[in-house]
Amino acid sequence: MVELVDVAVLLLLCVTALAIIRQRNLFAAVMMAGIYSLLSAGLFVVMDAVDVAFTEAAVGAGISTVLMLGTLALVGHQEHKPKHRPILPLLVVVLTGGVLVYGTLDMPPFGDPDNPIHHHVAPHYLEESEHEIGIPNVVTSVLASYRGYDTMGETTVVFAAVVGVLLLLARGPGPRRVRVNGLWTTVVREEDPPELEGDDESGGADAPEPRESDDG
Amino acid sequence: MDDRVILRVGAKILIPFILLFALYVQFHGDYGPGGGFQAGVIFAAGFILYALVYGLGTAKRALPPQAVYVCAALGVLIYAGVGFVTLGLGGEFLAYNVLAHDPEHGQEYGILFVELGVLITVFGSMVAFFYAFAGRRKIQT
Amino acid sequence: MIGLGLFNYWVVIFLMMVGFYTLIARGNLVKKIIGLNIFQTSVFILYITMGKIAGGTAPIFVQGEQDVVYSNPVPHVLILTAIVVGVATSALGLSLVVRINEAFGTVEEDEIQDMAL
Repeated sequence: MVELVDVAVLLLLCVTALAIIRQRNLFAAVMMAGIYSLLSAGLFVVMDAVDVAFTEAAVGAGISTVLMLGTLALVGHQEHKPKHRPILPLLVVVLTGGVLVYGTLDMPPFGDPDNPIHHHVAPHYLEESEHEIGIPNVVTSVLASYRGYDTMGETTVVFAAVVGVLLLLARGPGPRRVRVNGLWTTVVREEDPPELEGDDESGGADAPEPRESDDG
Repeated sequence: MDDRVILRVGAKILIPFILLFALYVQFHGDYGPGGGFQAGVIFAAGFILYALVYGLGTAKRALPPQAVYVCAALGVLIYAGVGFVTLGLGGEFLAYNVLAHDPEHGQEYGILFVELGVLITVFGSMVAFFYAFAGRRKIQT
Repeated sequence: MIGLGLFNYWVVIFLMMVGFYTLIARGNLVKKIIGLNIFQTSVFILYITMGKIAGGTAPIFVQGEQDVVYSNPVPHVLILTAIVVGVATSALGLSLVVRINEAFGTVEEDEIQDMAL
């Protein structure tokens, strides 16, 4: 039963990923990326990773989608048609995929309890966490206590990203600059800023002025 | 009557429950799936929903950007602060055993404060990202 | 579950390559970041798949029961960190895209290269 769900979700993921490549309307592509995140969250639950599924659903399908939609509102929705046929990227991708598949031929079978990954620290965490820390959720105890340094580093990385985004976006866009004769020059705006212009038009465009013509 | 009544009333009803759910996820991270990251994102989602429905200006009056930036830094400070407190109490950096009279309680206090730090930073970050993107004026190209 | 063999890993490699192709073959910068997200998420699926034990359950202790097989919690911790770092990277990338759009007026890579060189 679990295998069935696993295979079904993986096939849906493949279909969604292929649809994202083909989709040129970026709004639809972002929505499908949200679907991709939610499907992978479902797959994580099937793989017993409930904390990870929770985080992926909240972060991947929530915040990531909001940020991309915010960007699309600023840069525009439509992707241009590709100008030349992508033979070289396709070749690179097929070669890389082939090498990776060759690499997986040495991997232990999926789901076997004797895999090397289950032999090093994981049994220690599962056995000792009950006595040393005493909370039922092993993932939280590993994250916050056994691997506390990594979590501190991660929190710092998130903070660094905030600093970076604020450096880039906190002040509004500067005066408009265009490229004239190979040099960047500043455009001096003589008309009103765009937002006020838009408000006037929407307010004044509904009632046509009655004109009394002198046809008598 | 303006046509966004359903959105406004629905958001007004839902937002307190979203924030409460975030706190539930935070504090029950020890007993089930959850923890600082998920809780921080859900808490931020409550404020982002408020900003989407009621407007960015109103949201910035409810939660000023300066407070958000302070939150983003405060969480890292709390996390590292726990480490320095354990150093001061005689253990190593982030060795929670020294925080209370016996190791198990010490671990619980340590995890509580550390997850609180993570919650505050992730909350501040997500709202800061949203304010940065949503507050940007679209230029004419 | 063991009967699935390497099927999971091959599907994950296919998803990785789809994301990689979107990243290198498409010219629109926002599409590239979407491709990067697909790539990242498929790597997460690879790690979590490696941590699964057949017949296991989520690594949260069940009160009062002995002899329960728990799946490996270490990949879960790594991927939790990776997801949050991934969204931080995406946010930074998208803010760069916004600034590029304001500087060049477009987010198509070939138009930007024509303008900048």
